[in-house]
Amino acid sequence: MKTLRRLARDRALVTGMVIVSLLVLAAIFATPLSNFPGHVTGFDPAFRLKPPGEVFWLGTDRMGADLYSRLLFGARLTILISISATAVAVLIGVPMGLVAGYFDRWYSDLLMRVSDVFLAVPQIVLAIAIAQTLGPAIQNVILALSATYWPFWARIVYAETRSLRNEVFIEAAIAMGASPLRVMVLHVLPSIASSIIVRTTIGMGATILAAASLGFLGLGAPPPTPEWGRMIAESREFLPQAWWYATAPGIAILLVVMGFNLLGDGLRDAIDPRIRRGS
Amino acid sequence: MRLLALALRRFLWMPPTLLGLTLIVFSVSHIIPADPARVLAGENAPVEQVEALRRKYGLDKPLPEQFVRYVTDVVGGNMGQSLYTQRQVASDLVERLPATFELALFAITLAVLVGLPLGVVSALYRNTWLDHAVRLVTIAGLAMAAFWLAILLQLLFSMQWNLTPVQGRIDGWGPDPITGFYTVDALIRGDFATLATSLRYLFLPMITLAIPAMATIVRFTRAGVLNVMNSNFVFYQAAMGLPRRVVIWKYILRAALIGTLTQIGLVFGNLLAGAVVVETVFSWPGLGTYAYNSILQSDYNAIMGFTLFTGAVFIGMNLLVDIAQAVLDPRSR
Amino acid sequence: MAPDLLSVRDLTVGFATENGIARVLDHVSFAMRPGEIMGLVGESGCGKTTLARAILGVLPESAGIDSGAITFGTTNLLGADTQAIRGRDITFIPQDPFGSFSPLFTVGDQMAELMRWKSPERAAGERGYKRERRRNDAARIIAALKAVQLPDAERLLRKYPHELSGGQRQRVMIAMALLPEPRLVIADEPTTALDVTIQAQILKLLRELATERGASVLFTTHDLGTAWEICDRITVMYAGQEAETAEVADFFSRPRHPYTAMLLASLPTQGSALKGIPGDVPSPFTPPPGCRFHPRCPRASEICRASHNETAEPAPGHHVRCHHPHLWPAA
Repeated sequence: MKTLRRLARDRALVTGMVIVSLLVLAAIFATPLSNFPGHVTGFDPAFRLKPPGEVFWLGTDRMGADLYSRLLFGARLTILISISATAVAVLIGVPMGLVAGYFDRWYSDLLMRVSDVFLAVPQIVLAIAIAQTLGPAIQNVILALSATYWPFWARIVYAETRSLRNEVFIEAAIAMGASPLRVMVLHVLPSIASSIIVRTTIGMGATILAAASLGFLGLGAPPPTPEWGRMIAESREFLPQAWWYATAPGIAILLVVMGFNLLGDGLRDAIDPRIRRGS
Repeated sequence: MRLLALALRRFLWMPPTLLGLTLIVFSVSHIIPADPARVLAGENAPVEQVEALRRKYGLDKPLPEQFVRYVTDVVGGNMGQSLYTQRQVASDLVERLPATFELALFAITLAVLVGLPLGVVSALYRNTWLDHAVRLVTIAGLAMAAFWLAILLQLLFSMQWNLTPVQGRIDGWGPDPITGFYTVDALIRGDFATLATSLRYLFLPMITLAIPAMATIVRFTRAGVLNVMNSNFVFYQAAMGLPRRVVIWKYILRAALIGTLTQIGLVFGNLLAGAVVVETVFSWPGLGTYAYNSILQSDYNAIMGFTLFTGAVFIGMNLLVDIAQAVLDPRSR
Repeated sequence: MAPDLLSVRDLTVGFATENGIARVLDHVSFAMRPGEIMGLVGESGCGKTTLARAILGVLPESAGIDSGAITFGTTNLLGADTQAIRGRDITFIPQDPFGSFSPLFTVGDQMAELMRWKSPERAAGERGYKRERRRNDAARIIAALKAVQLPDAERLLRKYPHELSGGQRQRVMIAMALLPEPRLVIADEPTTALDVTIQAQILKLLRELATERGASVLFTTHDLGTAWEICDRITVMYAGQEAETAEVADFFSRPRHPYTAMLLASLPTQGSALKGIPGDVPSPFTPPPGCRFHPRCPRASEICRASHNETAEPAPGHHVRCHHPHLWPAA
């Protein structure tokens, strides 16, 4: 209870949690929440580029679709992409970091060198190249992002596993005859879980931003998918008249990424009070 | 000495890392479904012409052979020909480099000039309304999509208030190149009208790139100052009654800035990445736009050239940071 | 008798924490005479470091002084900003000679910085750093380093702190504490971080130099043996209160507080760690009612549980806070 109360007092953490929960709720209940669930991808020339008002809360786009409804369905897409991409990245990065950190053989160095190579160039540059090669589709965006972001998890898991390697409880487990796999999964992994969770939370924000960039560059889901980044790209030719067109999806991205960052920062502070004073 | 050894190690790792990077990008770009020889020859070229081009550029060889040949060429300074511009990729990159560097340098300068003091002030007045305001701006700056910010700025500054051009780098042709930086060249030639114009063009892309960089610098400076403020030597100096301003401006700041400096290296690398998106929005004729166009055209020599170049700059920045740190921190000498 | 140099009266300090207010000091009183070396002894967490910081006027932000007075000579230290007094009349030797130097400046730079602001030659409110004073101060610094037995002072001044050994660093700290010619030096566990072999040398040096210069030393330690070696008088602290204050000879031969007696009894013949008293130190959040030591005290009675105990002076110069002190015939 005391821990919970302390967490509740952390404004950043609570704000992040609220924003992320709202995003999840919006994604789940996109259909009942939206005003025109049937016209998210339709074409209604009569309603093209209407400013925000009573009927269209956030205005309409070039196809005459309600932007508010599109945002809700875009939330679904955003969640799908960021969760899948981070999940795959975690599934690649964590085992690699564990193995490289736990064993001290030639391949430990090799694995880390490989992840260094991926980190030698900004993630988004690689992601753009991969996404373009594979062609515009949701699963390709996911692939491109997970293929470029996994080294972040490999790095942190490697470092933490290395420092745990000589702890008494790990050595005791080995001495008792536990297999390496058992030690890694039952002893090492639980001890570094908090770092992985924090990293993953912040990684969610980063992948959302990267996915939006890909969408903006036309490398994301093909139209008429209500992808936030692509919506902003589409709006450009209708500026400055249709100012609302770019505004709404941009604010949505801003809020959601901010939510994940706040949540990650808050979790890190809660888990490691040593850093707390520094942040 | 220790840090210098680390820097040397990093330097020695540069070639294998770049080789690995080439391999990755090579593999990625060669699963392109499009046929590069066909792209090169044009939609309607006869089959014989396509095949001739394929042989000419070695595209008919097995992939490992193509890879070895590419690497050998790059080591010899030849990054191959751009399929799209029909020019040497190396000279394309060199030609566009000044535009990107000018933009990036302006952006990082702005980010440091604003970010450093904000970070320090935010730490010194922590938990006041000032600190909260700075942190809010920082958090928002890190969460903002650069392309959206770019469009927002265009909407306000260019379209609404008519203060800055929407996109581009200059009216007509730039000043005759000396450094390739329009602002510097105009200044050297005493052409203040061109200087003013190029600054007006620079303004929005600079702000767009600077904001996330600034947010990062504020964050690290603030954390660094707070961290040093908690250190034992600051307590000792307070206990011995040294004036607070001396403790802050001489001892705390110096220690905190070394940490920020390491960040500035990374931030500069990220600026280059951000340039791909931001240059595209502002039609800034730099490396970013070049990279974006070559990706759209499946121009794989150009893609690899850009990626390798960015990787080299990235690693080079880290190397510089190591050396700078060795110079500034006596413990690492 | 000479007037007190430093007097602490009923000092109460609380720390605001997530679990409420922790009373780390609870009505602490003691006094120091000019020129004497006073040991402040207690287990970790007894409040001795907080007391030292309160006297220096550098308590952390979360701490608040609830009541009491600290008087230095005729100055009320709690009343005003003590920045002018700190480092000049009252100096400080820290526990951690490793972290207490800035790693980025040479030893010489940091000693010169201290002298620039705290040199005995500096007039109050003086601006700048005149060449003549700078030259005199430089000579003082060299002399001070010689006095703490650091030969080759000129070369040492050009070094960075990390290039010095722990013992060398603590010698520099002592030199810096004495350079401003203070009347009181507060040394917070100055040898804890050092090798046992060096500890004794450093302590002897501190005692000699302070005595020579007529400075008093308030010396905190958790180690009774150390206190016995260099102190004139000792105050034992327990759970945020002073339990007993006495001359060193009296303290060891005629302890009156049961806690002191048990501490002395628990000393191994060689070496001198505090250990072996049954029970736990009470929490500063929920101290026991009455005497704070009663849950662990073999002499405790009903009155100890019920009523707060005041400090008494059963023999001249011997203060004890106990309802049932050990009684000794006069010496």
